[in-house]
Amino acid sequence: MTFDVRRYRGFFGLTMLCLFILYVPLLVVMVYSFNDSRSITNWEGVSLRWYVDVFTGPESEKFKQAAWNSLTIALSAAIVSTTIATAAAIGMVRGGAFRGKSATFALISLPIMVPEIVTAVATLIFFSTIAFPLGTLSILVAHIVFCIPFAYLPISARLQGIEASYEEAAQDLYAGRWATFRHVLFPIMGPGIMSGFLLAFIISLDDFIITNFVKGAGVETLPTAIFGSVKQGIQPNIMALSTLLLLFSIALVTLSYFIGKRGEALQPDRGD
Amino acid sequence: MAAGTGSGRTVSATFRPIRGWLLLPSWAIIGFFMVIPVLLMLVYSFLTKEFRGGVIWEPTLAAYDQFLFDRGLFGDEPPTIEWAYITIFIRSILQATGATLLCLLIGFPTAFFIATRPAHTRAIWLFLITIPYWVNLLIRTVSVRFLIRDNGPLNDFLLALGLVDQPLGLINTNFAVQLGLFYSYLPFMVLPIYAAVERYNFAFSEAASDLYAPKWTILRRIVIPVVKPGIIAGCILVFVPSLGAFLAPDLLGGAKTYMIGSLIEEQFKGNAGNWPFGAAASMILLSMVLVVLLFYARGQSREGA
Amino acid sequence: MTAAISLRDVRKTFGDFTALKAVSFDIADNEFFTLLGPSGCGKTTLLRLIAGFEGTTGGTIHLYGQEIEGLPPDRRPVNTVFQNYALFPHMTVQENIAFGLQMLKWPRADIAARVAEMVAMVRLGDFVHRKPAQMSGGQQQRVALARAMAPRPKVLLLDEPLSALDLKLRQEMRSELKRLQRETGITFIFVTHDQEEALSMSDRIAVMSAGEVQQIGRPSEIYEHPANRFVADFIGETNLIDATVEAVEGQIVTCRLPDGETVHALANRAASKGQSGTLSIRPERLTITRDPPPGESLKGVLGASTYLGTDTHYEVRLGPNLSLTARMQNAEDAALRLDEGDPVHVSIVAGAARFLVT
Repeated sequence: MTFDVRRYRGFFGLTMLCLFILYVPLLVVMVYSFNDSRSITNWEGVSLRWYVDVFTGPESEKFKQAAWNSLTIALSAAIVSTTIATAAAIGMVRGGAFRGKSATFALISLPIMVPEIVTAVATLIFFSTIAFPLGTLSILVAHIVFCIPFAYLPISARLQGIEASYEEAAQDLYAGRWATFRHVLFPIMGPGIMSGFLLAFIISLDDFIITNFVKGAGVETLPTAIFGSVKQGIQPNIMALSTLLLLFSIALVTLSYFIGKRGEALQPDRGD
Repeated sequence: MAAGTGSGRTVSATFRPIRGWLLLPSWAIIGFFMVIPVLLMLVYSFLTKEFRGGVIWEPTLAAYDQFLFDRGLFGDEPPTIEWAYITIFIRSILQATGATLLCLLIGFPTAFFIATRPAHTRAIWLFLITIPYWVNLLIRTVSVRFLIRDNGPLNDFLLALGLVDQPLGLINTNFAVQLGLFYSYLPFMVLPIYAAVERYNFAFSEAASDLYAPKWTILRRIVIPVVKPGIIAGCILVFVPSLGAFLAPDLLGGAKTYMIGSLIEEQFKGNAGNWPFGAAASMILLSMVLVVLLFYARGQSREGA
Repeated sequence: MTAAISLRDVRKTFGDFTALKAVSFDIADNEFFTLLGPSGCGKTTLLRLIAGFEGTTGGTIHLYGQEIEGLPPDRRPVNTVFQNYALFPHMTVQENIAFGLQMLKWPRADIAARVAEMVAMVRLGDFVHRKPAQMSGGQQQRVALARAMAPRPKVLLLDEPLSALDLKLRQEMRSELKRLQRETGITFIFVTHDQEEALSMSDRIAVMSAGEVQQIGRPSEIYEHPANRFVADFIGETNLIDATVEAVEGQIVTCRLPDGETVHALANRAASKGQSGTLSIRPERLTITRDPPPGESLKGVLGASTYLGTDTHYEVRLGPNLSLTARMQNAEDAALRLDEGDPVHVSIVAGAARFLVT
């Protein structure tokens, strides 16, 4: 056997353990969501009845409304925060050195640094002080704020890998500032902007703590609706709903992974 | 100016002149909806509570006093130290520390193993680690709760095998909360350590091996010191959210496993409804996090110098 | 005739660093003009000021008589070939070349015709639908040229465009660039740190160092009559010897070398007796013989020699403080068989020594 400084006994085993821990609870929920039993504990054969229940059962109206809220809020929050983050990334990366640059970076990362529950408390207090009505709009505003850093990080990372000479070439070829962005910088940044957008979308879709604080009475998103149901005890229809949501998230991450891969292939004269 | 494929310059004359306009939306939005709210929260922690939520605009230290001292039911007895809230904070710190160590124990070997895979399989391993992170934290916590409850699949399995003769009674314990935190933030530990090990130059290990160091000594004396920044970053990424966690203690724990997050939530959503006290608890949590981040930033700059 | 580019007292500072100190000169219409100098001499900065990527700290730049300072790059009728080409990675060759024309709002038909013309000019017919990443360095270079020349710029700026190519391709591209400049009649401003490139292509060269122009002239002028020690040293190889003036006869001076010998040389400007300066003699203008040649010569001992194929470099020790390098062609019937330690005579080709007043 050759001596390899990269190999350690047991590391493979611990990696498998790590993956086992990460996946077992999810797989168990997935499997039990197909359980044809009213009580979730006993296994009574495979069935899709709880998936049918999610869409037609007594709670289906609530879930549909919550899903609609979740999707519209996540989509709007992701669009707005990605736009703001793209502008910020260009300002930070293309702006050179300036006073307050690290302060600006700290400000942009603030929503990641501060514990979510603290952000939730501060936002609730703020909205209540300025008498901002709690509802869909208050959730949207809060989501936009804390999605900005998540969108910013991949976008600025991508931009850092793009030399300024592309913009100079475009301007040299008579493109104005907007045309330079529209025809040259935006397409080259594209994969970074796309992963920033997907990240912001997932983060908004998944958020529970902040939403729970600022949603007000009567407005639910999927996580708050699920939480409300779980508080009464885990019902089989929740398992089916969770499985659907889980698969949706995985689909989005897979999409973002392949967009990232394509982006690497597009990088022209780097790394060779 | 040097010869080569490119200058690597990222500053552009095209967008530098409008830098201020590009940054303005971020400044305005985060400043208005994040900085001002946190400052307002600080102010609230010094105000008088209104029953059923909200505040009366009269300055007082009552919130912090309530946190530290017990003055009896009517507030007229001589103050004694109130242990209830201090205990919750200490429990939170212990839980977060435990979760961090547990994540490190599993996360480091995993990150190291992935980083030493051939380039084409590395991306797949990494992808497998990141997927659970993107699955809704609520759903993940619920699934742990489902798995470990008394009549859940884990106990059924153990009973069926005859390994135990009654359910383990895991749910609603500190251990369950610990498990939940560990499970929630494990990917946060793996990713930064992976990034550090991937950049690690294995020629160092070979040199140490050439100089007669045994394998585990190489790991201890060479690899770990070199990738330390990644380890520290991973520890912070697990510790900070664990400290303020709400879902794991709420769904997996009970009254005896209260953590800061549950305490704060209760002041705003529950029946206690003491906003100044909730604001004060949030401020204390935020200060603790800032102290950790400050130490980290200082270590970073010292490392850089 | 108006100059293509006219620079007057152009200065540029970056914070505390002075990149250019009061540069003034003209570049004529239809000229192949080269800015030559080592890294950090300010040549690229000067190019970027003309392109408009940076603003000047002081002074004026005129393009065919028109002041262009303050105009952004998209309003200046000059185009740039970038060092790394900066070809847009998401566009095909055709789209890259058409980009400038689209921005100038040329009619569609004219764009198609011009792109076809450019593609033919740089001989890229088979590649029009490829993306830059699918092409070799040399092909990318041609696309960059075509893209920059398509909008018919008044001046074409080239920022070390050959530096990323390998030696063989670089030599090919030199004649290609020269041909394109002749065919189109566009004024070229070419930045390089490679003196061979500069000498082989340029109509005129500006040698730059430390933010200043050291000398402007035709390649032969720069090589044969360097204005100062820096230029003599930077362009080609040379022997530089500290010397003092013994006597002056018009432009010819007699100078005394450190070990007491005297040599006649052409002074770069008016010199007076007793003045100190530098004597510059190119190695290929020195001849080594065993026997004393007729006329002026120096006695010495042969040192180390380096065989270089077509030539051999010989080191000759003239005295305790002085040695020279001579470069002799390796003739097939080498009558001269020299060994280290042999006593030899070194003579300077008539009129080849230069005295550079300090």
